[in-house]
Amino acid sequence: MSAVLGKDLVGLESLSAEQITAILDTAEPFKEVSERQIKKVPALRGKTIVNLFFEASTRTRISFEFAEKRLSADTVNVASTGSSVAKGETLVDTARNLEAMRIDMVVIRHGSSGAARFLGDRIRSNVVNAGDGKHEHPTQALLDLLTLRDRFGRIDGLKVGIIGDVLHSRVARSNIWGLTRLGAEVAVCGPTTLMPREIERMGVRVFRRVEEAIEWADALNVLRLQLERMTAGFIPSLREYNRVFGISSERLARAPREILILHPGPMNRGVEIDSDVADGPHSVILPQVTNGVAVRMAVLYLLAGGAPDWSGGPGTPEAS
Amino acid sequence: MTRPILLRGGRLLDPSRGLDEVADLLLADGRIADHGRDLGVPDDALVLEAAGLVVAPGLVDVHVHLREPGQEERETIATGAGSAVAGGFTGICAMPNTDPVIDNQGAVGFVKARGLAAGLARVHPIGCVSVGQQGAQLAEFGEMVAAGAVAVSDDGHPIMSSQLMRSALEYARTFDIPVADHCEDMPLAAGGVMHEGIVSTRLGLKGIPAAAEEIHVARDCILAELTGGHVHLCHMSTRGSVELIRRAKDRGLRVTAEAAPHHFALTHERVGDYDTNAKMNPPLREAEDRDAIRAALADGTLDCIATDHAPHHYDAKEREFDDAPNGIIGLETALSVGLRELVQPGRLSLATLIDRMSCAPARLWRLPGGTLARGGVADVVVFDPEARWTVDPARIRSRSRNSPWLGEELPGRVRWTLVGGRVVFEAASA
Repeated sequence: MSAVLGKDLVGLESLSAEQITAILDTAEPFKEVSERQIKKVPALRGKTIVNLFFEASTRTRISFEFAEKRLSADTVNVASTGSSVAKGETLVDTARNLEAMRIDMVVIRHGSSGAARFLGDRIRSNVVNAGDGKHEHPTQALLDLLTLRDRFGRIDGLKVGIIGDVLHSRVARSNIWGLTRLGAEVAVCGPTTLMPREIERMGVRVFRRVEEAIEWADALNVLRLQLERMTAGFIPSLREYNRVFGISSERLARAPREILILHPGPMNRGVEIDSDVADGPHSVILPQVTNGVAVRMAVLYLLAGGAPDWSGGPGTPEAS
Repeated sequence: MTRPILLRGGRLLDPSRGLDEVADLLLADGRIADHGRDLGVPDDALVLEAAGLVVAPGLVDVHVHLREPGQEERETIATGAGSAVAGGFTGICAMPNTDPVIDNQGAVGFVKARGLAAGLARVHPIGCVSVGQQGAQLAEFGEMVAAGAVAVSDDGHPIMSSQLMRSALEYARTFDIPVADHCEDMPLAAGGVMHEGIVSTRLGLKGIPAAAEEIHVARDCILAELTGGHVHLCHMSTRGSVELIRRAKDRGLRVTAEAAPHHFALTHERVGDYDTNAKMNPPLREAEDRDAIRAALADGTLDCIATDHAPHHYDAKEREFDDAPNGIIGLETALSVGLRELVQPGRLSLATLIDRMSCAPARLWRLPGGTLARGGVADVVVFDPEARWTVDPARIRSRSRNSPWLGEELPGRVRWTLVGGRVVFEAASA
């Protein structure tokens, strides 16, 4: 049980500004571990972690796996496409079986909103949410926050626009909680068909046109547009989406200030974001990925009971 | 013949005749024989001391799911009828969405016979509107009514075809039975698991907009006007639906409607952190909707309270919110929830609550009971409106435990339930 975070990290909604800041501060020294010749510290030696992925994921799963290995944990990956129901075993049975193997932590990615909390409420091990349905993806938002803090030196008072399919986005929800908790102003913008009802009540403003968001923002977090949204009738075509909501260098050029560009990946170049923006000087898309490992190391370390002031400095490299 | 029963010195409350007085009630030969002060005790009569208790016509629920045949691990007709009498219900109408569905006279007869064999609450079968609940071909209303059906419904499946609904309303006129409809525009509600609003947005769950119900309610009211048939609107949940029904009634249409206890007691906030015992269809709505339902029960826009008693095995509810089935049990808590949410805060008088839970449904669906008039069936509930009890999962009579009120202390304990002049439920002494 972690003094800083409690047993699980299900989302940012339930965290205080102090808790979020503690995670970001803890991530700072872990950044340096990944720059070492021997990228390993013994912080989680002897701990066993299961990466339980019910949805396809490359980036998040690999990022967690690197974080775990660099902390010297023993890890097992369990990938299962489709829901647990389709597999024939219920999630609660899966949870009990894992528990019976005396594991320490579960990192879960699941297609149903609430699945991470469901699991956390039923097992003694720590649970880290790596994305549950359309609910939350806390470590993604934490790495976004860390990247913003790296560039601006602060979160408080920043204006951050979240652009695109907010309706289906767990990244958007976690970012809204995390950013507003730390004092940023948040706006969302996208087709109204992809905006959840009463989103304003989460403490954000809504722009109907992307030009207005660009005019307003210090940074834009550009969400991935799932290609199946077109066939489901939310938007008429990807071409039109790019024409009306795509982030292009022409649009950014009209902004009154330089705008930092974030994207949780994987990108659809030429749909929600143009290549020259993604590859341009204001894109921090690759630093986001680097920070992802550090933030996940921090979360795992804190949940395991680590002190938030871990210095990391001399951290004995693990003999291989 | 059963022994006569004298209920002595209770508060006789019968809104069907505006009766509210302390008196004795005599039941004999399965009928209400007499009432008055200080009735003599007939030889061989069983005397039940009702001083301090309310004596009212037994409760009638026009919307329950008894799961038999086919899903007996959730409930059977006998366990459901046992749950009913424990909650003060003397008559319950069984929805036909069993496995197989109740869409022919043989199946209706099976439900009727099982209900009689249980010998608890009266079990009134509801037949399907369409063969197999497939929404295409009309089921044999006449044959089903002859076998004991009291209404028709494809509950669980909205009747999406306006043509089929028109035919059902017209054809049902011959038999003078209501067509009970589950109002939900299916494409608009598709994939939804809770009310669409700030809570669904926060939880990342797909919402069901209020409009999905209201569009269907509006259509049914229009078809009631076209056909002159009796449409009964199941489990109304939105303030917009209440407005539509109010307008239909102002125009004199044969539209009746019910509300479920959870819709006048709870809101979508109750979903909390994905509590599957707060997942039902229609979903829990907003405070303004709940308040409109309460007001509509008070002014009669909504005619009656029906539980939509929907038992589910605990395994089925113990899973991800998206995958859990809709519905909660309600028979054993309905009276208590009505007392706590409607009567105690002064929104309804106790007499009005009894009207909405007994007299009105019996009258509108032309069922036995719902009155203490002499000569009527001796279906009676005797309860203490003040006594408190705790909803203990171990003491629930239903075979299922899926209730949002588990562990809560509620007012109103049923002391005796009598059906046809026989005691079919007696509370364990406190």
